[in-house]
Amino acid sequence: MNILEIEAIDTFIGQFHILEGVSLSVPLGAITVILGRNGAGKTTTLRSIMGMTPPRSGSIRFEGKPIGGKRPYTIAQMGIGYVPEHRAIFKELSVHQNLEIAERRRGDLHRQAAFIFELFPDLERLAHLSGGALSGGQQQMLAIARALVPDNRLLLIDEPSEGLAPVIIEHLMAAIKRLSGQMTVLLVEQNFRMASRLAEHYAIIEEGRSVATGAMADLRGDEVLIRRYLGVTTGGAA
Amino acid sequence: MIKQSQRTSIIAIIVIFGGLIGFSFVTAGSLGDFGITMLSGLFQGMLLFLVASGLSIVFGLMGVLNFAQGGFFMLGAYVAYDIQHPGGLIDLTGAIPDPNVRFIFAVVGAAIVGAVLGFGFERGLLRPLYARPVFQLVLTFGVSLVIVQVVKALWTTTPYSWTETFGVREGFFELFGQRFSTYRLFVVVSGFALIAAIWLLLQRTRIGIIIRAGVEDSAMVEALGINVRAVFAFVFTLGCAVATLGGAIAAPFLGASAGLGDSFLLASIAVVVLGGLGSYGGTAIGSLLVGLAVSVVASYATRYLNAPVWASLTPMLLLILVLLIRPSGLFGEER
Repeated sequence: MNILEIEAIDTFIGQFHILEGVSLSVPLGAITVILGRNGAGKTTTLRSIMGMTPPRSGSIRFEGKPIGGKRPYTIAQMGIGYVPEHRAIFKELSVHQNLEIAERRRGDLHRQAAFIFELFPDLERLAHLSGGALSGGQQQMLAIARALVPDNRLLLIDEPSEGLAPVIIEHLMAAIKRLSGQMTVLLVEQNFRMASRLAEHYAIIEEGRSVATGAMADLRGDEVLIRRYLGVTTGGAA
Repeated sequence: MIKQSQRTSIIAIIVIFGGLIGFSFVTAGSLGDFGITMLSGLFQGMLLFLVASGLSIVFGLMGVLNFAQGGFFMLGAYVAYDIQHPGGLIDLTGAIPDPNVRFIFAVVGAAIVGAVLGFGFERGLLRPLYARPVFQLVLTFGVSLVIVQVVKALWTTTPYSWTETFGVREGFFELFGQRFSTYRLFVVVSGFALIAAIWLLLQRTRIGIIIRAGVEDSAMVEALGINVRAVFAFVFTLGCAVATLGGAIAAPFLGASAGLGDSFLLASIAVVVLGGLGSYGGTAIGSLLVGLAVSVVASYATRYLNAPVWASLTPMLLLILVLLIRPSGLFGEER
């Protein structure tokens, strides 16, 4: 069963036709990764799901219900958490307020606190610091934690490893793996090594079109596909 | 840990405040004149804050520069005048004979008129134009012109000077051998109370946290499941209500005239830019700086140069000075 079904969406940013018929299925309860080169349209795909760059045509269904044309806040309220590229932490707010603001019902944070701080123990210690005082890795943890506060069934995570040290990437990977036991994850990731170890399913986007999709286990052995669309070898750490 | 740029700002604030106070102290004829200049500076700063705070928060959150903010201030003065005095559109003199109580009604009434009109303004006119910032600019400018004409149609073009007396307005107190109107003190105290109230709203309440987050990144706030447009409407309504409230509080001192809005709008824009766009603390400190500077320059220019016009140039001159030191304003994010 798929929690999210995207069918042939076209998205424009200004006059630029960024997505030209992207289709994608996200199976329930697993990690799916969107792969592709820089500028292929991976981030725009996530933003299209959130309604932040609404698609002009095609359909998006979440848990069987169409979400196309809805405002971003309505889409989020249906149970989708968004962890954007560059994290978008509120720098003027404290770590605690960054989490609190994500509550959809009173007490959300209280309910989820144990789970969140078990995944990211640092955040509990830093709760009273301002978001701007955190390191890049801590901000990434906070951005993911923020998406865990309300009752989300699907997380969209954009480039979590970007600009982070290997040891922190390892820690994040472990955390994403663990939280995927509770919800479905759709990941955008340039780091193929990280993506291939984490995800069970993949979809490749090339110049705004979906070109390949399937089980990650099959992609790992397919040197030709990897080299053609991702420009990396399985041995490399791109 | 204080960033270099913040240190520059703090030093600049101390130097400008110190310079103004010192200059006024040296050039004032007497201690009493010095006291009057300082109190009048605080008074003007508070009135500026009442226009500038709405301007600043609305701009920070929505990217809309509301040129009608000055018009709302002026409208507030007229509404308060009308409610207070006999023979207006709303005549309460029969129902509420006590002028003190009537003044409370006048101020609250002005704030309600501002809130209702502000809400309608956002819903009906501004909302369809969020994708078109330049159109919004023209729209708010147009609305400010409409407000002036409506006010002239309702209350004629003759300026009103406040004639009704009531407790706070009549009282005087003595300091350094000079008599001070308690009304100025009343405005300064209510200004500080309002600064504190809005600050508490921003720091302590959920809506305040959402507003501060929205000033940084409103798209992300919406992606968390928060209806940002409803927050916009609330903030815009509040901004207009605070401006009309300001006009109402200013009216017993400044009267009500159609040009009242323009003078405050221009100085308020200087305050907002000087304080740093979207920074609430910057707007509060900027208001006090500009208010004090205007008062000090006005007193000096009147006494020695016989050219009070320098006072109206002061906000812009101070703005230029601050932007030379810190191009993004005192507490602005470098963009």
